[in-house]
Amino acid sequence: MGKLLKKIFLVDLFQGLRVTFRSQNPRSIVTEQYPAERPRIAERYRGAPRMNTNPETGESLCIGCNLCALACPESLIVMTSERNEKTKRKELATYTFDLSRCMFCGLCEDACPTDALELTQDFELATYTREGQIWDRKMLEEGPRPTRYKW
Amino acid sequence: MPDATFLDSTELVLNMGPQHPSTHGVLRVILKLDGERVLGTDCVIGYLHRGVEKIAENRTYAQFNPYVDRMDYVAAVSNGLGYCLAVEKLLNTEAPARAQVVRVILTELNRIASHLLWLGTHALDIGAITPVFYCFREREEALHIFEQYCGARLTTHAFRIGGLQYETYDGFERDVQAFCDMFLAKVDEYEELLTNNRIWVGRLQNVGVLSADECKEYGVTGPVLRAAGVKWDLRKAQPYSGYEKYQFDIPTRQNGDTYDRYIVRMQEMRQSVRILRQAVGNLHEGPIMAKVPKVMKPPVGEAYVSIEAPKGELGYYIVSDGSVQPYRVRVRPPSFVNLQALDRMVRGALIADVVAVIGTLDIVLGEVDR
Ligand code: SF4
Ligand code: SF4
Repeated sequence: MGKLLKKIFLVDLFQGLRVTFRSQNPRSIVTEQYPAERPRIAERYRGAPRMNTNPETGESLCIGCNLCALACPESLIVMTSERNEKTKRKELATYTFDLSRCMFCGLCEDACPTDALELTQDFELATYTREGQIWDRKMLEEGPRPTRYKW
Repeated sequence: MPDATFLDSTELVLNMGPQHPSTHGVLRVILKLDGERVLGTDCVIGYLHRGVEKIAENRTYAQFNPYVDRMDYVAAVSNGLGYCLAVEKLLNTEAPARAQVVRVILTELNRIASHLLWLGTHALDIGAITPVFYCFREREEALHIFEQYCGARLTTHAFRIGGLQYETYDGFERDVQAFCDMFLAKVDEYEELLTNNRIWVGRLQNVGVLSADECKEYGVTGPVLRAAGVKWDLRKAQPYSGYEKYQFDIPTRQNGDTYDRYIVRMQEMRQSVRILRQAVGNLHEGPIMAKVPKVMKPPVGEAYVSIEAPKGELGYYIVSDGSVQPYRVRVRPPSFVNLQALDRMVRGALIADVVAVIGTLDIVLGEVDR
């Protein structure tokens, strides 16, 4: 009997509607208004790579050990180093990072002994061309350059 | 079960997918129909095949770790756990106690996140649009904990062979505790929306019934098996990562229909919260990484480790030839095995039930195709 009454008075449906109406409070809106509002990005987020430099001298922290390139499962880091005759130390010569193949696993970052290579919180990596995804040393050190497009 | 069409009319062959929204990815089901009734199905899979097992043969053990996240991308943490445990077994090491507890916390959070995604999309398939928004709201909280812990939300690469790479962040315990406190009320909310709803019940009850014996024949595991009344959970049956220390129940049901599978998964989420609470209380200081060599060369041999992933038994079989790269990695994906029961479950049912059954099997095509 109770069952039948519940059925006639649509109890089950109103039960569900109650939940929906409880969430109508404007304060319970959780949607991020993305471009207008910046999303909360965690400190450890693995996003765009950056090559850190010594803030005082501007020298690269990279010692040209090639460990990051060896650690990368995708082999997307290509670097060359040369010996500095004055200081008798290995120095970074060129460094390219092919972002289009990167899966942001963080293995390169973990492998780096000097914290030179770091994955940052920057997540907006769209470019108009594939070539734009290949970052060279300058771009890694200074951050991506804003591109101008001709219409 | 009809084996011929009504009045011997020609049977209709219909492609469902690979772009059909309710096939949860790129599954193509060839339906043989008599009107609305399904006479048989053929699954065409492989649209998402990336050759993950082959890739493993060309990567070192540590390098392959991020790839396993991309099989079941909804439950990436569980995948990582299974792989790490398998390699640890080959290396004959074990993660330290603290690492194990953190692993349990993250995998249970991931189970909740995976079930939430399932619930939202399954309800969406059935026609209930609302739950998906609520589910994603809570899932976001779980994913945010992942992001803060390891720096990625979906393809987390959270664990390393031998333990963990990252120490927990400040406020990790607080966040997990807050999630637990918040979450149980939310499960009640979903149940309020769905459990008694007449359309939901009507669409799910006695749909896609799979009995316990059939489940065993097909090798189906996970919530699908438990909904048929088999009390089988690898976390209890062969505990790993210290699951024997936690108290939780294995929810089971009797009928093995779609509705029961829904109930089982809802209860599993509550049990996960129970485990989470105990695990957070169990988190003590200690090392997080076992002593593993930088260049891993496991001794010649093989290891099979299976864990209870959100979707069922997830197994990794790794053969080592003593070099830095695995000789062979074979994955036993729960989604692939569970999908094999689809034909049995939908024969004689209506097309609309096919949608419900695909939803209830909780497959991820990334894992089916690998
Ligand atoms: S994040 Fe992973 S895939 Fe990307 S460069 Fe580093 S190691 Fe390679
Ligand atoms: S691992 Fe670090 S120091 Fe070594 S080459 Fe790469 S960026 Fe430079």
